[in-house]
Amino acid sequence: MATAAAHRAAGTLMHGAADAIGEAEAHQRAFDAAVAADERIEPRDWMPDAYRATLIRQIAQHAHSEIIGMQPEANWITRAPSLRRKAILLAKVQDEAGHGLYLYSAAETLGTSREELLDKLHSGRQKYSSIFNYPTLTWADVGAIGWLVDGAAITNQVPLCRCSYGPYARAMVRICKEESFHQRQGYELLLTLSRGTPEQHAMAQDAVDRWWWPSLMMFGPPDDASQHSAQSMAWKIKRHSNDELRQRFVDICVPQAESLGLTLPDPDLKWNEERGHYDFGAIDWDEFREVLKGNGPCNEQRLSRRRQAHEEGAWVREAAAAHAAKHSNHATGTEGEQA
Amino acid sequence: MTDTDWPLWEVFVRSRRGLSHTHAGSLHAPDAELALRNARDLYTRRGEGVSIWVVPSAAITASSPDEKDPFFAPSADKPYRHPTFYEIPEGVKHL
Repeated sequence: MATAAAHRAAGTLMHGAADAIGEAEAHQRAFDAAVAADERIEPRDWMPDAYRATLIRQIAQHAHSEIIGMQPEANWITRAPSLRRKAILLAKVQDEAGHGLYLYSAAETLGTSREELLDKLHSGRQKYSSIFNYPTLTWADVGAIGWLVDGAAITNQVPLCRCSYGPYARAMVRICKEESFHQRQGYELLLTLSRGTPEQHAMAQDAVDRWWWPSLMMFGPPDDASQHSAQSMAWKIKRHSNDELRQRFVDICVPQAESLGLTLPDPDLKWNEERGHYDFGAIDWDEFREVLKGNGPCNEQRLSRRRQAHEEGAWVREAAAAHAAKHSNHATGTEGEQA
Repeated sequence: MTDTDWPLWEVFVRSRRGLSHTHAGSLHAPDAELALRNARDLYTRRGEGVSIWVVPSAAITASSPDEKDPFFAPSADKPYRHPTFYEIPEGVKHL
């Protein structure tokens, strides 16, 4: 389902390419032409093996992050301070599950399976975002996650809506629409605390102090140390560099923090007239690498909880499969256009 | 798909009456009934739909991307199928 430009390029080249090497080259050129023309690559198109592997790695990591990301917030569902907040938090955590499922489906179009993806998450062979290895110590953390963590995610994800791989881009469009609610509920929650009692204000400030730096790390290593960036930009999987997106996020957050009546925990944060951006302090990349390696505060807890949920859900999956097998003669045949 | 994965279903959602069902995405489910329920939870959490179809992905027959040029070629060289192909004198109305 590649697009016109790609097929013209492939067609022209295929006529003269009798041998396999010529054919491979024609495929590569058709792919390059489609990417250059800003057209989308679809599942059944030819694509370089490395492009496929990169996408599986990135989409899987993204999906796993949504699924693991349910845990730190779910920690507060039973202790939400009001029914309103509880209903909001339930809806948000349910959205994260949905986002994980959209993304698993997108990854599966590349030839991997759901079982394989889950297995790689559970065995630690595929990663999820390090941010979810930090604990949610107070109710204000739910607000800080919505504002900062989801805010950083949105900054990262909006350009992914134009990613060169069609199914990933389409999943991101749906996700970005829903993330906006997540960020706003977090901001409103923090604002309520910030304007509350001195204790509530302090709780909000403490949460922002703890989540600010890990949120900046969500954009990944600096450009000169990012191993996948250059190739992903060339393939138009990524549209902006890590540092560019991180700067964009900082610039957005500073005035938002002021409106909240809260400060960001960085003494070096100041407006740079010349650059037209906020300067900010050095990020502790040693901490980032440690958490990535598995030595964050909650790495072990998050993975073991995920494995436990999977194992404890086994009987539900088995029962559903048994029910489906028993009623397999009714399994298909819902009404069509007449419905 | 592996042995333990439930079958894959394609989900089509009619966003409101008067519009056709549009492909929304896919999901795994053991049978059609659960596919419908999962589709409701996954693709219509914000009132995006008034009707859902689920179709086993394996039941879909698709044209091959490799065949695209010859397969669709017959329509490419018939510009006379478009109204703009015809020259009509200026001033002729309702045409």
